Amino acid sequence: MSAIEIRHLTKRFEAEEHTLTALDDVNLSIASGTVYGIIGMSGAGKSTLVRSINFLEKPSEGQVLIDGVDLSSLTAKQLRKERSRIGMIFQGFNLLEQKNVIDNVCFPMRLAGIKKKEAYAKARELLKTVALEEKEKEYPSRLSGGQKQRVAIARALATDPKILLCDEATSALDPQTAGSILRLLKEINEKLKLTIVIITHQMNVVTEICERVAIVENGKLVEEGPVECIFEAPQTDAARELISGTKEAYMPLEKAENGTPVRIVFRENSSFEPLIANTILKFGTPINILKADTRNVNGKAKGEMILGLPGDKEKREAIIRYFRERGLTVTEVRDYV
Amino acid sequence: MFDQKTIQMLLEGIGDTLYMTLISTAVAYVLGLPAGILLSVSGKEGLHPNRIIHGSLGFLCNIIRSVPFLILLILLIPFTRALVGKSYGSTATIVPLVICAAPYVARVVEAALNEVDPGVIEAAKAMGADNLQIVTKVMLVEARTALLSGATITTGILLGYSAMSGTVGGGGLGDIAVRYGYYRWETGIMVVTVLLLILIFQLIQNLGMMIVRKLDHRKRQG
Ligand SMILES: Nc1ncnc2c1ncn2[C@@H]1O[C@H](COP(=O)(O)OP(=O)(O)O)[C@@H](O)[C@H]1O
Ligand SMILES: [Mg+2]
Repeated sequence: MSAIEIRHLTKRFEAEEHTLTALDDVNLSIASGTVYGIIGMSGAGKSTLVRSINFLEKPSEGQVLIDGVDLSSLTAKQLRKERSRIGMIFQGFNLLEQKNVIDNVCFPMRLAGIKKKEAYAKARELLKTVALEEKEKEYPSRLSGGQKQRVAIARALATDPKILLCDEATSALDPQTAGSILRLLKEINEKLKLTIVIITHQMNVVTEICERVAIVENGKLVEEGPVECIFEAPQTDAARELISGTKEAYMPLEKAENGTPVRIVFRENSSFEPLIANTILKFGTPINILKADTRNVNGKAKGEMILGLPGDKEKREAIIRYFRERGLTVTEVRDYV
Repeated sequence: MFDQKTIQMLLEGIGDTLYMTLISTAVAYVLGLPAGILLSVSGKEGLHPNRIIHGSLGFLCNIIRSVPFLILLILLIPFTRALVGKSYGSTATIVPLVICAAPYVARVVEAALNEVDPGVIEAAKAMGADNLQIVTKVMLVEARTALLSGATITTGILLGYSAMSGTVGGGGLGDIAVRYGYYRWETGIMVVTVLLLILIFQLIQNLGMMIVRKLDHRKRQG
């Protein structure tokens, strides 16, 4: 059974003049124990989607099922109980500024009526998990962004949740700190078998730790699948744009004109130089490397290159065939800048 | 320079002034704090928006706040008499002071609570907190420095108003200043009472701000 099942979810915000459809018939199923990414540009509806998972936002239409239980069937009290089993962390950390680190971690336990002593013991344990046991008496204003997010993670884990929702949890952090937070999340996922939902607008966050990803654009879910598949061969413009991080438009190979650069994705264990060198030798034509990059996609090293191929149509196609025979994914890029 | 009797009177004046100021602040908070919480919670962006409650409570606050204190004092004489048996003296003065301050307190509390980071409230909701827990364990805690500096300012204002009530027989230092300074031209006594009022005001203000600083963990450096 999926940990989270979203069925025909539509969310409208009624403004004075017009209605804004923030989510439009979203269907999604997130398997238990996975790290699942939801990616989209700013304003796409990601926060609304993640807030629907714990019913902070009530759907206009459709259902959200957690472990098979429809949240709309719960009473207010049952819903609060259910929410305590779904941890959540935020871009702005949202710690209580007037409470010190350990009291912040104890907070959800105290809300749930757990005795102070017991809560403290558990909070210390959690602070160890996030490597902050030294800071328990510190106040949030004295912590760095990364440390604040660690406290927030410890706090979110305090009520033994089965799901952890992360809304742009690393967007306010520098890349290095963001990386360490992502590794911590992955560690927690493996250790606690927790289902983690990662909301982000950055593809590298998804490729770093997610197993599957859903792409949201204008309130619609436009693409969904294993991260590697989407990274290698994105089907929609939204996905391509998120992967390249620029406004490059990709297009199907068949429609490509001569001279259009191609994007190739290397799988594990293949390396750049021999292939490019071999291609140049074999076809006796220069190849322009416009961009080369390696990324860690869901734990596997992947190489990405954008190449300028010769204008000769036959040669182009032969080269593309040659790449494909070697197991590379090839797509075309238009307007590469 | 003053005789024993005058000193005795001034000491009693200090006692009366403190009594009026502190008791009326406390009672104003007993009324104004829940009202302020209700205003914030029922507000448009509040935990439980309710236009009728927010609108009518806000209207009531505004009406009382728009009546000048001296007029309120006179208007309330029958009410005060019914409540405490007489309409002059320190205890009687507490009634109009409270009525005057409670709506002010309610607005100060409302503003302080509205300043609480919505993200923190959202986080509490996500943890499964109910509205009562959010008010008592999140909003009042996070807003405590704003609430305390509000209380300090309110106490200062009530100190001034208690002195003002001296003009109509309110008791305390204001009363002494009016009786001796205004009616008998004993400037010395009037100057002393004014100095005493300034001193008490400074004490309240500094003590309040010291507590605020001590309790604020938000932006402490180094
Ligand atoms: N409470 C709200 N009232 C009205 N509009 C909202 C509200 N919350 C979000 N929206 C709108 O819904 C759209 C999606 O917002 P959001 O889910 O926050 O996007 P994202 O997190 O992907 O940036 C935006 O156009 C936003 O303005
Ligand atoms: Mg967002």
